[in-house]
Formats: sequence, C-alpha cells, structure tokens
Amino acid sequence: MSVNTHELVERQAQAASDRATSWRNTVMDGLFRNLTRLFALLVLCLLAAIFVSLVIGGWTAIEKFGPRFLVTEEWNPVTEDFGALVPIYGTLVTSLIALLIALPVSFGIALFLTELAPTWLRRPLGMAIELLAAIPSIIYGMWGLFVFAPVFQRYAEPAIKATLGNLPGVGALFSGPPMGIGMLTAGIILGIMVIPFIAAVMRDVFELAPPMLKESAHALGATTWEVVWKVVLPYTKIGVVGGVMLGLGRALGETMAVTFVIGNAHELSLSLLAPGNSIASALANEFTEAVGDIYASALIELGLILFLITSIVLALSKLLLARLAKREGTQT
Amino acid sequence: MPLTPKTTTPKISVRNLNFYYGEFHALKNISLDVPEHRVTAFIGPSGCGKSTLLRTFNRMYDLYPKQRAEGSIEMDGENLLTTKQDISLLRSKIGMVFQKPTPFPMSIYDNIAFGVRLFEKLNRAEMEERVEWALHKAALWDEVKDKLDQSGLSLSGGQQQRLCIARGVAVKPEVLLLDEPTSALDPISTAKIEELVAELKSDYTIVIVTHNMQQAARVSDYTAFMYLGELMEFGDTDTIFTNPAQKHTEDYITGRYG
Repeated sequence: MSVNTHELVERQAQAASDRATSWRNTVMDGLFRNLTRLFALLVLCLLAAIFVSLVIGGWTAIEKFGPRFLVTEEWNPVTEDFGALVPIYGTLVTSLIALLIALPVSFGIALFLTELAPTWLRRPLGMAIELLAAIPSIIYGMWGLFVFAPVFQRYAEPAIKATLGNLPGVGALFSGPPMGIGMLTAGIILGIMVIPFIAAVMRDVFELAPPMLKESAHALGATTWEVVWKVVLPYTKIGVVGGVMLGLGRALGETMAVTFVIGNAHELSLSLLAPGNSIASALANEFTEAVGDIYASALIELGLILFLITSIVLALSKLLLARLAKREGTQT
Repeated sequence: MPLTPKTTTPKISVRNLNFYYGEFHALKNISLDVPEHRVTAFIGPSGCGKSTLLRTFNRMYDLYPKQRAEGSIEMDGENLLTTKQDISLLRSKIGMVFQKPTPFPMSIYDNIAFGVRLFEKLNRAEMEERVEWALHKAALWDEVKDKLDQSGLSLSGGQQQRLCIARGVAVKPEVLLLDEPTSALDPISTAKIEELVAELKSDYTIVIVTHNMQQAARVSDYTAFMYLGELMEFGDTDTIFTNPAQKHTEDYITGRYG
C-alpha cells in the first residue's frame, strides 16, 4: 500500500515535470521560429527600403527625363540635362570584358588546384588566391593607374591597334589614340579583381564533385580535361554560376578601382581604348559636387539603374540555370 | 607461383604485384590469371585488398599521387603498369562499374553516348543504334526507351546501376570490372544485375568484387579469396566453396569471421 502511494506520487511528479518540459520546448521552439523568420524578413525589408528610397531620391529626375534618361548620352550639369547612356554602357562593357578575362582564367586555376596540382602546392596556392581577394580595391586602382596603364599604353595598346584595330568590323572597337586609361584598361583591372572570387568558388564546388563520379568518367577513358569539362562542370554548374554572379556583381558595382582607370569621360565611344564612365564611378566622382536638385536626383536615379541591372543579371542567371537543367534532361 | 585455372586462356595475368598506399603495403606479391570470357570473383573481409587489386587493372590509382604499384599486370601480352600506351585508351578497353551508381548529370542517351564520343566518330543514326544496343545489353532498354532525353538521375537506383553498366558496355571494352556493383541495391535489382553478369560473360571477361559470398557463388566461375593483402586461394568457384584447400578460406565462407 505504502509502496503504491509512493509510486503514484512519483508518477505524478514525473508527469508534471514532463508537462513543464514540453511547455518549455513549445515556447522555445516558437520563439526560435519567429526569431529566424524575423531575420529572414529583415532582408526583404532592407531590399524594399533601399529600392523605395532610391526611387524617392531619384523621382525628380525620373519625372523630368522619363525613359529618355536611359538612352540619352548628354550629361551636362550646367544646362541640367542628364542621360545615363554613357555610364550604363561603360558599366556593362567593362564588366563584360572583366568576365571574358576572368572566366577562362578562373576555370584554369580551379581545374589546376583541384585536379592537377601536387598536394603540397594546393594549400599555399589556394591561400594566395584568397589573399588576392582581400586586397582593397583602391590598391588595384592605384596599381592600375600608376603601373598598369602606362605599360599598357606604351606596349600593349599600339600592338592591339596594329593588329585587331585593322580587322573589319571589330576594328572600330580598338581605334583611337592609346591613352592607357579607358574602358579596356578598366575591364582588365576588373577582370584581375574578380578572378580570385570566381576561382575560389569554382575550386570549392569542384572539390564537392564525388570522387566516384570523376573516377567513373576516367574509367571510360576520359582525360582529366574531359572529366572536368563534361562531367564535373555540369555537376557543379549551380555553384559555378553562383561564383560567376558573385564576380559579376562585384565587377558591376566596383567603384574605386574603376574610377582610377576608366577616364571618367561622359562621352560615348565605340572604341574600348577610349575613356568612358561607369555608374559607380560617376556616383563616386560627382556626388560631392552635385549642386541642385536635378543633378543629385539624376545621380540617385543612376544608382537605381545599377540596382536594377544587378537584379536583371541575377534573374538572367536563374533563367540560364533553368535552361541548362532542361537541356540535360528533365528530372522527375 | 601463379595460380592459373586450367583449360582457359588468361586475359589478364598478374605477377608479383605489390601495391602501396603511401607507406601502407596493401597488396603483397599477388600472382593470378584472370580467365577470358569467364566471371572471376574477388572475395574476402573488408580491407583485404580486393578492391585495390581490381583498381590496379585500369590503373585508377594513377589519379592519386601517393599510390603506386610494382610488379606486372599483363593483358594481351602488354604490361599495363609500364605500358607506353595512352592510359585513356587503356581504360576504354577496361570498363568499370562502382559501388554506387554514378550516372553523369546529363540525359540517359548522353550518359551512354559520352564514352563512345570520346573515341569514336559516329553519325547520328549509328550513335542511336549503339545507345540502343548498349541499353539492350544492360537489360534496360524496355524501361527507358520512351524517356531517353530524361536525366540519368531520374532513374531508380537499380536502373541507374544498369545504366552505368550500359555506359561501360557501350564503348565495347574487353574486360568489365565490377566493384561491389550491388552493394547499394535492393534484392530485386541485385538479381537483375546478377542475371546480366551471367549474360555478359560470353562477350566480356568479367571481374567482380563482392562482399556477398552467395553472390560470388551464384555468378562466378572462379573465385579468389584474399586476406590482409594476400591472395590466399584461387580456383573453381565450386571447389572454393565446397572443398577449400585452406582453413582460412573455409572459416571465411562458412561465416566464422569477415
């Protein structure tokens, strides 16, 4: 009898403690869930807030110039007539040049580091690449202006003009006086700057490809190149595209380095050797001297355009991935 | 003293093979002959070196800098370990299927065509014919003929493994190496793969590594029992399983350890 009472008391105590635990778990779970949701929503709020404030800031210019803003090359603070064509063109062209240079080089670096380099070399080389990514962009800009541009002007540009400049069609891209600074120089500097980003991501995702997958391609008689190009790259394409987007995002928005070497000229020129302007460097250069509502507002609208360009590029990359997935066969 | 089954011609002759993972001596003085157009099984407890031995046949260890092999492995009179022959060409003659299905991230059709394209220039019709032939060989055609453009990853595990076999067969190798091909599969898929092995042996020399002794008994003509990097016994599968010469072998196949 006494034993039974004792047992009963114990059981009740146990049940009460279970209830307390379960109540505590429910509360903590709920707290945790809502906290993480809050953080996630914060991102959306920030995005929306930036967009809205850009629209508000640029509204005067949007109202005054309308869609004409996008296709006008005029940029005249004196007459307060503004158009974004030159910086948009400069931003896109320099980023495109940067990607054209950075993509093959980064792929080569990643391939070497994951497949070909002896083990003792992998770690130091990988570290060097990460260090390259840590160099502040102003240093790239200074190096570009004081070291790269003079050398480029003296040796490379005359050679480019003498060869590519004479080709029908593309010749126009390489005409004009060799000035050292210009869109091509900016593109090359940007390319050097984004290589470590793209290469580091590519290396990381290549390392994720299962060894057995690579071995089975080797077992069919594929060479290392064929294994990486035809099996590893398709397998890791989402990560690779992500790395490229990271690099492209940096190239599109890069300010200091580009400002140093692009020439900051509001002139539309087909030639890549000619100075131009990019959105980010126009903003950096001109905000301090933007007197008058229209001028400041036009600059803010430029910022809005940069924001939209980046979003469009991101959307395009998602589309690209979807199309790639389709081409390799539908997955159920 | 190499162990050679009588009444067969050897396809691959292994002599005094030693293999090292860095400092670790993984294969010790292995000598054996793999008979042509037969199924040879390598059995033994985990870590005995059976997969390592299999992977020396197509020099897969070349991919890893710290692994090396000494001795000789002759196929058609050529020492594979020292041959001047292009390693990729060599591997195209020796197909391999792995523990887990490894379909490439591409369509079923391209999975098969991938290896063929590396070495042959076929026109569209010839390629389609080859893909169909390989899928028939791997007993997969009926299941996939209406969805060749779908991803190889969309198939079930057993189908994926047969796709890998079809992929290996498509390049018309002389030897097929199967490294525990059914260890990740359900019993029905396993039975299908085993049937397939029996059918394929008329055209190919097959070597299979397996953890499953019943499987070795069912599919193989010859069985090699390995233990701690040494070849303990090699002979007719029937003899090995019913009347093994060594106590070790008997203990292993009767399940006393392993």
